[in-house]
Amino acid sequence: MSTTTRLQPGSTADRSGSRQRPRQDTKLALAFIAPATIGFVLFLGWPTLRGIWLSFTSFNLLTPSEFVGLANYRRLVQDPIFWDSLLVTVQYVVINIGVQTVVALLIALMMHRLTQSSLLRGLVLGPYLVANVVAALVWLWILDTQFGVANQVLEWIGLNRIGFLSDETWAIPTIALINVWRHMGYTALLIFAGLQSLPGQVYEAARIDGAGEIRTFFSITLPLLRPIMALVLIMTVIGSFQVFDTVSVTTGGGPANATNVLQLYIYDMAFGRFQFGYASAMSVALLVVLAIITIVQFRLTRAGSTDLN
Amino acid sequence: MNAIPAPGAADSTLTPTSTVDPLTPPPGSGDAPPRVRRRRFSPGRVLAWIFMGAVILITLFPFYWMLRTALSTNAGLQANPASWLPSDFSWGAFKRVLGLASSEEAIAGGGAGTSLNFMRYLINSVVVATLVTVGQILFSAMAAYAFSRLRWPGRDKVFALFLGGLMVPAIFTLLPNFVLIKQLGLVDTLLGIALPTMFMTPFAVFFLRQFFMNVPAELEEAALLDGVSKTGIFFKVILPLSAAPLATLSVLTYITAWNDYFWPLMVSYTDSSRILTVALGVFRSQSPQSGTDWAGLMAATLIAALPMVVLFAAFAKRIINSIGFSGIK
Repeated sequence: MSTTTRLQPGSTADRSGSRQRPRQDTKLALAFIAPATIGFVLFLGWPTLRGIWLSFTSFNLLTPSEFVGLANYRRLVQDPIFWDSLLVTVQYVVINIGVQTVVALLIALMMHRLTQSSLLRGLVLGPYLVANVVAALVWLWILDTQFGVANQVLEWIGLNRIGFLSDETWAIPTIALINVWRHMGYTALLIFAGLQSLPGQVYEAARIDGAGEIRTFFSITLPLLRPIMALVLIMTVIGSFQVFDTVSVTTGGGPANATNVLQLYIYDMAFGRFQFGYASAMSVALLVVLAIITIVQFRLTRAGSTDLN
Repeated sequence: MNAIPAPGAADSTLTPTSTVDPLTPPPGSGDAPPRVRRRRFSPGRVLAWIFMGAVILITLFPFYWMLRTALSTNAGLQANPASWLPSDFSWGAFKRVLGLASSEEAIAGGGAGTSLNFMRYLINSVVVATLVTVGQILFSAMAAYAFSRLRWPGRDKVFALFLGGLMVPAIFTLLPNFVLIKQLGLVDTLLGIALPTMFMTPFAVFFLRQFFMNVPAELEEAALLDGVSKTGIFFKVILPLSAAPLATLSVLTYITAWNDYFWPLMVSYTDSSRILTVALGVFRSQSPQSGTDWAGLMAATLIAALPMVVLFAAFAKRIINSIGFSGIK
């Protein structure tokens, strides 16, 4: 039923005055969704299908592409660098998400229970405003082995200098923490929004019962926050797996492939060696990994259900 | 590509507001936020404040260090790597970056002799971010209107399809989109960078639809009785009433487009289409590890970051309150 038909009974008298309207707005609606649909089909729907198709071809931008069946996928299974880069990416994600979630949750709790200052909330969002590239460059400078202030401080307190981004063992944790710096405030705000949606009476009751802050957190906040934490985790993990900018700017994949994350390898395969077919196959692999992780996370955390009711 | 990025590492099409089911008002959202009434000193509170202080310090320190480095000379930085104030104060780095210094001066200051063409990149960034924001918001708003206030067969199915787009990670569409842009002959153009996100992102449509659905039907009916057409209702009723969410979404879209790196890196090869983020990456990769022009690099990052900080500061309150916001207000 359209809005106009609902109006008709009351306004039969001046029906002649108003133009005859179609019951449905189909024509108008088509005009309104046309630009967005063009964009959706051209740059989201079609590319998704095309990406899958490309992964079965030997496409290289220069010569006509040939259908090669599962050749790209066979190569992928046997490519040690692919498995290496997947491992590096997983290491990155574990450190990045592990630290970020704990820190962001703590910040959100402070914003919720300690102070409601909106200045504070604005400040923690600061790093999110700068590009990954900018964040990467600033930390590259702060952590520089020779002239970086971090290493100066290490020297003052009597420790050895660390090649944060030039040492194989330090590079991935360092990059993971740089991205924690950029995203912790934003993640904290997401969690904070979830905290604000929790019913105030529960906290009142807990206070009357004499529960302390820590008890309140573990018995009330955390269980009630579970669905929101689950969704935040799913989102951040998906984003984290797609790390590229920071690595590309700071280490470029080195030293010795120690930070050759999957997206970097895909980029290099496509734009360094023009093997689009193989690069697409790796994108499909990444997509499958993401889909599996999302489903597992969703199941494990029961993200869809709430304990509030 | 550059939808509102999820908090992770790189960009993702997933979004802040999708954390909460947008159709259900958050339980207890009307309650005042619970406050801690006990104001007495406790070790826990002291610890909490120390933690918060550390967070603020870690958050702000790099910004200060950017400024301090940018106002130093490279010679000063090497002689005095850890001084709190700029070592050997100078505007030289900013001059080099903005092309105000002659190439002899630039080389003497530790920079590259070739000019950076920084103004060019700045203008490119403005053009791309503006194209993306204006196109994406307008077209997404139109689609959101059709999905929320118009009646047509298949509406919910098409909307579900759009929503499905949220699940496709950016990486997956990047390569095919590059091939498409290449076939369209748009490689190395600003339009080529902007095009994929100029029409819509699933998030923008989804976000705006939630707000449009909450505009009271009575307002629409009253306007219809006054003889306003459905198109007129979009422009005269729906858009003005949704000014706040439109502003928030625009600012976030602008910041995301401004900060995007991977896609512009793929598409642009020369100065004609190079945007700031890509230029910064190039600047960094061209300078040798030993003799990096850190003062110039930090001046450049500051100038690249500043417009977004100012933009954010202007809308801070609104944006902060609408992150993770459920779309009901």
